[in-house]
Amino acid sequence: MSRFALTRNPAGRLICTLADGTVHANVTPVRAFPLAAPDEGLALMSQEGHEIAWIENLADLDAANRGVIEDELAGREFMPEIRRIAEVSSFATPSTWQIETSRGNTALVLKGEEDIRRLPDNGLLIADNHGILYLIRDRKALDRHSRKILERFL
Amino acid sequence: MSSLATSNTTLPNAWLAEAATRISAGDALLATLELDLDNALRFSRGLVLLSEHSLQAREANGEWQRWNLRAGLALQHHDHAGIATLELMDNSTGTTTRLAAWRYTLEQNVAALRLIEKFDKQLEAVISGRPPETEEVVACPTCKALLEPGQEECPICTRELQTPPSTWTLFRLWRFAHPYRWKLLTGFLLTLASTGATLVPPYLTMPLMDNVLIPFQNGKPMNWSLAGMYLSGLLGAAAVAWVLGWIRTYILALVSERIGRDLRTTTYKHLMGLSLEYFGGKRTGDLIARIGNETDRINIFLSLDLLNFATDVLMIGMTAVILFSIDPWLAIATLLPLPIIGWMIHFVREKLRTGFERIDRVWAEVTNVLADTIPGIRVVKAFAQEKREADRFLEANQRNLAMNDKLNKTWSIFTPTVTLLTEIGLLVVWVFGIWQIAHGASTVGVLTAFLAYIGRFYTRLDSMSRIVSATQRAASSTKRIFDILDHVSSVPEPVNPRPLPQVTGQISMRDVGFRYGNRSVIRNLNLDIQPGEMIGLVGHSGSGKSTLVNLICRFYDVTQGSVRIDGIDIRSVAVADYRSNVGLVLQEPFLFFGTIAENIAYGKPDATREEIVAAARAAHAHEFILRLPQGYDSLVGERGQGLSGGERQRISIARALLINPRILILDEATSAVDTETEKEIQKALDNLVLGRTTIAIAHRLSTLRKADRLVVMDRGEIVEIGNHDDLMAREGHYFRLYQAQQRTHAELAEGGEA
Repeated sequence: MSRFALTRNPAGRLICTLADGTVHANVTPVRAFPLAAPDEGLALMSQEGHEIAWIENLADLDAANRGVIEDELAGREFMPEIRRIAEVSSFATPSTWQIETSRGNTALVLKGEEDIRRLPDNGLLIADNHGILYLIRDRKALDRHSRKILERFL
Repeated sequence: MSSLATSNTTLPNAWLAEAATRISAGDALLATLELDLDNALRFSRGLVLLSEHSLQAREANGEWQRWNLRAGLALQHHDHAGIATLELMDNSTGTTTRLAAWRYTLEQNVAALRLIEKFDKQLEAVISGRPPETEEVVACPTCKALLEPGQEECPICTRELQTPPSTWTLFRLWRFAHPYRWKLLTGFLLTLASTGATLVPPYLTMPLMDNVLIPFQNGKPMNWSLAGMYLSGLLGAAAVAWVLGWIRTYILALVSERIGRDLRTTTYKHLMGLSLEYFGGKRTGDLIARIGNETDRINIFLSLDLLNFATDVLMIGMTAVILFSIDPWLAIATLLPLPIIGWMIHFVREKLRTGFERIDRVWAEVTNVLADTIPGIRVVKAFAQEKREADRFLEANQRNLAMNDKLNKTWSIFTPTVTLLTEIGLLVVWVFGIWQIAHGASTVGVLTAFLAYIGRFYTRLDSMSRIVSATQRAASSTKRIFDILDHVSSVPEPVNPRPLPQVTGQISMRDVGFRYGNRSVIRNLNLDIQPGEMIGLVGHSGSGKSTLVNLICRFYDVTQGSVRIDGIDIRSVAVADYRSNVGLVLQEPFLFFGTIAENIAYGKPDATREEIVAAARAAHAHEFILRLPQGYDSLVGERGQGLSGGERQRISIARALLINPRILILDEATSAVDTETEKEIQKALDNLVLGRTTIAIAHRLSTLRKADRLVVMDRGEIVEIGNHDDLMAREGHYFRLYQAQQRTHAELAEGGEA
């Protein structure tokens, strides 16, 4: 099942050795459906942006490769999940939100309501002024205070 | 040190002190970078500081790490999806080793770039032993624009607007009402006078009752002259109220229409000035709704509702004074329900406001479905998805319905409650009046007058309660209009535009970077184009060719670096001045509704007929235009129906020719047409290109044969530059692209023969 082997070089870059012996440096794993199905369909992309290998499901991989990929993805993926909205500076945009996320407390600047994208199952994806995406998995599951604030922007 | 403290205002003071202790005597702090993420990508604060001898970092746990500056060290940075990584690499051992990595959001990007710049200089100084050359000119680390001495922040980069518009949005409408203030004041005074006139009749019923009817009922003879006087008073008051009301309505209707016009035209004008980035992020239906419906709502509010409200308040005040002057006790009983109603209005206000805002958004969604589907109707039909689109429209309407239903629950109970309170108020007056008359403290006339007054009084309260919704709707409309008006174009006009002299067409791009959202589309691009040179841009789709052209046209502004024309940063000259030097021919030419002559003269409306014909001739469009029944006066529609793709393209070439631009941009100008038509267009283009700086994007590499240099792009970077033969000899990117195309052509030819 091992079509390739992933290792990390001293510079911290991923090296991918394919079954036929070709070696690619600076490989990046990319999820095909980061929102809809994060663990299904991953591609290893070469430095030039070509697909080297396709992984149907992350679970199919052996532990070593999976570990490297998960480790690399953890360092690349940044989509804090909003747990609570503490305060917003105004209900008109641009508006600064004080939020509690899965990655700690921070503030985001919402440029306009159109930066809030609706996802299936009451999910929301909020892009701030620097392009960082914040995820709300289920807005109905937020506490009352956060929900009330959020309603004003939807 | 002092300049550092001012430039890093976000840095906690305690940290500065701590940082100072890390710098030994004889060393000096050069730059700092505040980190807002740790290595596990959690929000937490960290610090990287650069001194003359070392690079130090404070980890989230408070521990410091230190690297002395030495040969082999290098700082690298890259970013992905909104977060950046700064890496300290060591090349001294032969293989590259990563010593450390720090993460931060793009908010810290400027500081990071500055730190890297200082690091590189200082490292060089340490290795060579010479002190770092003091900078004669300071350049902005982000956009490389030159800064004035002592200027810390780049004026080009620090223009992001992040202050929210004031909550008192409605007051901002004064800007539009201001030109009509005297007419509005006249309208208001007339309203006041006509309101006053309507207050006269109830007052006259009092003596009519007490001095005429009750004495007659008690057996006295009818006093006809007195009755006649009171009755003519009633008639007179009604007539005056009628005339005043008539003039008032007329004046206010005039003003209302004018305010509406101003609001719409101002918004549209502002909208036209916004960058493509804004239009890319907005949906057409939403913008049409804003400029159409919302301005209408605001204008009705300003000229009618607001004035009515002011009149109502005055009316209530005047009535209260009259009531108190007649009978203070009865007046108190009458006014008792007022605070209750006031509280109710306030309570419902909040609910209604958010409700209306949401209804507006849902409504925009309904129009968006229409705006999406109708232009794409061919695709809908081709894939037989009519039912699905109908369902989508139904779904949007359902949401609209649900939202309205929800709001109507609150709204529907509101008016009947006001009516109920009115009835109860009347009852209170009846009870108290009868009790007072029974004790001889009041007369029947006074009670009748009171009942007549409070009838009107409560009617006003009722209409005041209606103003709640009008105000809320207007406020949310105003907010949405000012969302457009407050939006500062991301391609802003410079405050003091530099005059742009006759340009030669020399373009230079320095360290150009462009980011769309969090995606980096163009990276570190350097390119010099000589006057009159023809450049062919080549690359896979998505390699950044069109983006580069958009940057040269200044449809977008670069996020890093600069684009200069004849050495002048294009951001420092007026947008219109600059664009008058750029001619653009697109893949899908857009023809506006109008005659062919108007379409050719679009960029130069005052062009003479001779100029138009000359341009059309040069564009090889003259002959086919003459074949049309009405020649140059033929009407062409939205997408130029009735003309073939090649014909439309030649009209758009004539359009570009007419403004005689120094810089010409051909964005896939020939790719939408067949080879025969392409030859025709190519002939037209050859005339156009002559003597101008030309940047051409073409999918078919064969069309770029005439280019002086070909620039091959891949994933936002220039990978190769040279002419066709050079690039073929190099057997690199271009070679592969060319080979692939030749193969496809060969296959097509074979297929055609078979």
